[in-house]
Amino acid sequence: MHPILKLVAQRLALGALLLFAASALIFGLTEVLPGDAAQALLGQSATPENLANLREEMGLDRPAVTRYVEWLGGIVTGDLGNALTNKLPIAEQVSRRMSATLFLAFWAAIISVPLAILLGLIAVRYQNRWPDKLISGITLASISLPEFMISYILVFFFAVKLFWAPSFASVSPGMPLLAQLHAISLPVAVLTLVVLAHMMRMTRAAILNVMQSAYIETAELKGLTAFTVIRKHAFPNAIAPIVNVVMINLAYLVVGVVVVEVVFAYPGMGQYLVDAVVKRDVPVVLACGVIFAAVYIILNIVADVVSILANPRLRHPK
Amino acid sequence: MSKELELLSSEVTAGNLTRREFMSRAAALGVAAAVASSILADAARADGHATPVAGGTLKMGIQGGESTNSQDPATWASDVPLAGGFCWGEPLVELNPDGSLNGLVAESWKGSADATVWRFKIRSGVMFSNGEEVTAEDVMQTMARHSNEESKSGALGIVQGIESMRTDGDVFEVTLGVGNADLPYLMADYHLIIQPNGGFDDVAAAIGTGPYTLETDEPGVRMMFKRRDDYWGGDQTVVAHYDAVELIVLNDATARTAALQSGQVDTINRVEPKIAKLLDRSPTIDVLSTSGRGHYVFIAHIDTAPFDNNELRLALKHALNRDEMVEKILQGYGSVGNDMPINAAYPLFDEAIPQREFNLEKAAEHYKKSGHDGSPIILRTADGAFPGAVDAAALFQQSAQAAGIPLEIKREPNDGYWSEVWNAQPFCCSYWGGRPVQDQMYTTAYLSTADWNDTRWKRPEFDAMLLEARAEIDEGKRKEIYSKMGRMLNEEGGLMVPMFNDFVDAMSTKVKGWEANPNGPQMYWKTSKYTWKA
Repeated sequence: MHPILKLVAQRLALGALLLFAASALIFGLTEVLPGDAAQALLGQSATPENLANLREEMGLDRPAVTRYVEWLGGIVTGDLGNALTNKLPIAEQVSRRMSATLFLAFWAAIISVPLAILLGLIAVRYQNRWPDKLISGITLASISLPEFMISYILVFFFAVKLFWAPSFASVSPGMPLLAQLHAISLPVAVLTLVVLAHMMRMTRAAILNVMQSAYIETAELKGLTAFTVIRKHAFPNAIAPIVNVVMINLAYLVVGVVVVEVVFAYPGMGQYLVDAVVKRDVPVVLACGVIFAAVYIILNIVADVVSILANPRLRHPK
Repeated sequence: MSKELELLSSEVTAGNLTRREFMSRAAALGVAAAVASSILADAARADGHATPVAGGTLKMGIQGGESTNSQDPATWASDVPLAGGFCWGEPLVELNPDGSLNGLVAESWKGSADATVWRFKIRSGVMFSNGEEVTAEDVMQTMARHSNEESKSGALGIVQGIESMRTDGDVFEVTLGVGNADLPYLMADYHLIIQPNGGFDDVAAAIGTGPYTLETDEPGVRMMFKRRDDYWGGDQTVVAHYDAVELIVLNDATARTAALQSGQVDTINRVEPKIAKLLDRSPTIDVLSTSGRGHYVFIAHIDTAPFDNNELRLALKHALNRDEMVEKILQGYGSVGNDMPINAAYPLFDEAIPQREFNLEKAAEHYKKSGHDGSPIILRTADGAFPGAVDAAALFQQSAQAAGIPLEIKREPNDGYWSEVWNAQPFCCSYWGGRPVQDQMYTTAYLSTADWNDTRWKRPEFDAMLLEARAEIDEGKRKEIYSKMGRMLNEEGGLMVPMFNDFVDAMSTKVKGWEANPNGPQMYWKTSKYTWKA
């Protein structure tokens, strides 16, 4: 078998094992939390009678292990089951929310990844001169501010004062693409600002590291322009660390945007998970947790494979 | 509202007086700025009252929706499902702003002399949105679903007293174990929306008799409604004037405010008191505050040491600086409480009950008499107990310490507060949403056998008075009994009520016809039914 295919197969098998461990861990932790779905749902209006009735209806009166095994049996056959709280099928909810999350993450990534790498290259080209300092200053400032702060600042100027963009991102299935993009313009801008610095700084650092090498000096001595040296000789050798950082940020765009979702009332996965945890809706928490874990695992596999493809030396581990 | 204020506000709407002049004259009359401003807004809205305009879409940005919400009325506990429920469904009756009742599915009702048998005449020609006509049978099944053995309904406590039910042509008859003069009021509860066959076929089908039908339902995101053509209450020029209603879940306070400011929604609920006055400055937005029956409380279990000592309870009650809390926690959007769950917003309230004042000397005196050993008294609090609960607890601690009472605060996590702390720990912060009538409030939390007796108030003589008042048809006598009960709780209860909170909504000035309804925010969620856009 091709060594890369073998590696992917190995990683996938390991990933499946990790997913199983993650689901067991999540289930265990939700069991440890005080209260259960029945209590969380009834809240202040719980009485012993309606609690007991609701528990029986939700099947919460059965032992935890039985419930976990049942859930596991379902997910192996591709059935995520129904939410405890509103009885709606989880798969339907998840697919709608996941596509919303991916839509937002996709556009944020489309803008932020090339922009970060380009800004990184420019920063290297004008190292320690004003363009470098300006780029670093702005991106570091935007990553240092909490997400909700950036969100509120953008909302204040672009939604409340200028009326350019909507203050909350209301996207519905029938909307034309352009209207959808207008609706998510502010959250995409916030996410871009949040992930830009990390990727841009990594690009800058990785390329600067390579720039110290002898072959770069050779390229310069050949008379190549500074930008061509960076693009053709330095960048390919700096890809591995950059790809890793890009993947971490992509994973963050998918699983870590709860705050942005709340501020812009965007119906993504993060908000769904938070609601489910608050209401102790264990099947939903498990489904979201496993999907998030899967996103991380898959993106990490992609990062590894790309680094290996880009750098033949990594194909032959010692 | 006083006559002077009424006159002044009509002067403003007539254009003879500027807003600024009105505010300064109102202040001269001793009216708080927040109150004066909402009186003015009311007047401006009432002015356009005569000419409703049909059409348009009402967009509401609402706090209180989760992706776990269902359309089953029995499960409703937060604002978004409730607002949506009143779009597609109706209970037998609804509560008017003045505290009286308006018949919806029930055309009229009558109780027996001892208030044990109640007959509701079902209005003819009321259609469900599935095209079927409502029958007394549907009403009976609805009550049966909420009261049966398997019920998990939030209205279980209300319908539990029903001994038997039957139908007689277009009449739905209820027989109670113990007479209850307030039964029709209880039927206005939002859980008790009439569903075809009581909802037994499909609890969450969202089929009801309301003016709108549910078109899109994305739990925790939005609900969209369309006006029905066959609504029994009349066409769009008469009532429910909008073509469509959109409820958008905006749980984040800043997002809600920004959505209103940017014109993406027409109205929002739960304006944070600290920004309400700033928001009201906007020429296109009115902040509308409604004094209601909801109250924030510190509750002590009177069967647990050291709170089993009434002198200590009195010491704590006297050490509460209520005015300061209304000023600092509610920013003036509320009123002081009097250590009983009832205020002037309730029917049959006795204004003569003396208000307990902040008095450190008395607090110290009672504390000394209590003989408490000086060990710390722990008050549990959490951000989720009520808005500003942690700050309120800190204010309480400060004033108690000034009286020499060793009050200490223990902060608990929001998560699990209602299951682990409230109704479990001996002294904590909490809130009550209030009930339409005194009987229901007392029955919910102050009857010996009540599940939610969160102060462990178990007094046979109090229970007896409650049952006596419940079956009493003579309002004068009832008022007298309720007054005695209120005084008793005020003197001996484990309940400390520093304040009654207002509901604070904000609305675009384009929306007309708003009227404060003390039963809840957003005209008790009838904004979609009674307002219109001019």
